[in-house]
Amino acid sequence: MGYTITEKIFMAHTDLKDIQAGQLINARVDIALGNDITAPIAIKAFRAAGGKKVFDKNKVALVLDHFTPNKDISSAQQCKTVREFAMEFGVTHFYEGGQVGVEHALLPEKGIVLPGDLVIGADSHTCTYGALGAFATGVGSTDLAAAMLTGELWFKVPSSMKFVIFGKLPKWVSGKDLILNIIGRIGVDGALYSAMEFTGETIDSLPMADRLSMANMAIEAGAKNGIFAPDAITKAYVEKRAGRPYTVYTSDTDAVYSQIIEIDTSKLEPQIAFPHLPSNVRGVSQAGNVKIDQSLIGSCTNGRIEDLRIAAQILKNRKAAPGVRLIVVPATPFIYRQAMHEGLLDIFMEADAVISPPSCGACLGGHLGILADGEVSVATTNRNFVGRMGHPGSAVYLASPAVAAASAVLGRLASPEEL
Amino acid sequence: MIFTGKVWKFGDNIDTDAIIPARYLNTSDPAELARHCMEDADPDFVAKMTSGDIILGGENFGCGSSREHAPIAIKASGIACVVAKSFARIFYRNAFNMGLPIFESRDLADAIAEGRQITIDSAKGTITVADADRTFSIRPIPPFMEQLIADGGLMKHITKARGEND
Repeated sequence: MGYTITEKIFMAHTDLKDIQAGQLINARVDIALGNDITAPIAIKAFRAAGGKKVFDKNKVALVLDHFTPNKDISSAQQCKTVREFAMEFGVTHFYEGGQVGVEHALLPEKGIVLPGDLVIGADSHTCTYGALGAFATGVGSTDLAAAMLTGELWFKVPSSMKFVIFGKLPKWVSGKDLILNIIGRIGVDGALYSAMEFTGETIDSLPMADRLSMANMAIEAGAKNGIFAPDAITKAYVEKRAGRPYTVYTSDTDAVYSQIIEIDTSKLEPQIAFPHLPSNVRGVSQAGNVKIDQSLIGSCTNGRIEDLRIAAQILKNRKAAPGVRLIVVPATPFIYRQAMHEGLLDIFMEADAVISPPSCGACLGGHLGILADGEVSVATTNRNFVGRMGHPGSAVYLASPAVAAASAVLGRLASPEEL
Repeated sequence: MIFTGKVWKFGDNIDTDAIIPARYLNTSDPAELARHCMEDADPDFVAKMTSGDIILGGENFGCGSSREHAPIAIKASGIACVVAKSFARIFYRNAFNMGLPIFESRDLADAIAEGRQITIDSAKGTITVADADRTFSIRPIPPFMEQLIADGGLMKHITKARGEND
């Protein structure tokens, strides 16, 4: 019996000759990630356990992205804790200030995570790196502490669900729409404890930015990881970034899957997740007349240059509707400069957008775009739980950059086709 | 472990934003986090509950963000343990890693009303409901997870293991 890509990566990070879904194992970690919210708890646990050094200073990444620029004294204190730790232990991949980007956009961009890696991050959207053919999963702060100390962590080997995706993607339909559609089909716990493996002819030609968006939201279906087998698109993306060797794994043809789900994308329209669950998904034509107060374009799901280009294409020579706050958040400093050089920032500013520094703040209701009671935001982010972006009485609709941009212009949930 | 307490019921898909909203994540102080435990699911929860009570959830309890602040807030609020039909995976491992007892029972949540007193006996694998001749089974905990609990959480477990290897 063959192995899935997820099983092969796990095996390569243990001394085991065979592993099976459901088995509890200890595996070596290539990258352990924390941020300004989760790392302080990990650092406290690390110090309490008598940690004298991190297992490998080149394999720990600390990114102060959540409440950056520091939103208040308490968040500044948390950043200080992490900064002092990074300096004391010589952590190579430490980012803050003008170097910081949203972690799950930043690490792939810098070639810090690579195909075949085993990555753990004290952030649930760590699963994003599955787009590169890595095993990557979100864990808690105590897990991060253990990994920083020992370079290993316990895992239950997940069973894999295979998604075979075929058909040409219609205009304005992106990886974000695909993953929203999948979550709508299987539910927020439809892939609980499982790996979601994305394959099929649509995936074969799907750009890396779309793959990153899809893997990013695997957690919203309860999955342990999302994963794409590396191919020519992966190679083209990592080749210019990788500073170390990497290994390509693919699933065997006789690998075992708990479920195989086929999806035809040829008739798919842009998708919107209604409040208050990412699985509450409808096609944009079924959205009805939903007025919006804010449109947020950014985040680890959709803050990449490709996302900003789509938004700019729609916003060019147009303005946000009166009363709509349009916020654009380039996910990293590199993307910010790219957008500047390509003239996208001019287009956004002409459209009356606020251009935010790279930050997670607005997406998780921290700062830089908070909603008041009764307010509604369309957002290219990944969660629309009660109170996610502000007041518990506010509401978030998840969509692609194309839908978020069109909605900003029309002041209500809208398809780009309506412009 | 034996826990006896009255239950507070919550529905399916209680996410970690509801357990501890991100607006309070500028601290990791357990006492401060406890003051806002379950706030966006039930704003009055902290005022109503008493130490030793038990949270009874539905499917996929603790979904969403990996924030360990969620089990920290629950534990520091005085809640003895959480019982749910199922747990989201990061919350599940966080609870074992940091020492919040959690139990899976498929049937309990639909069978009893809020405020009922239950007794959980983890060794026997049972939950009994006071004043009613009813017993529910809890899903057995894998031996490795039992060891984590016995050692007092993941960090104590690995420092113990490292000590033995030295």
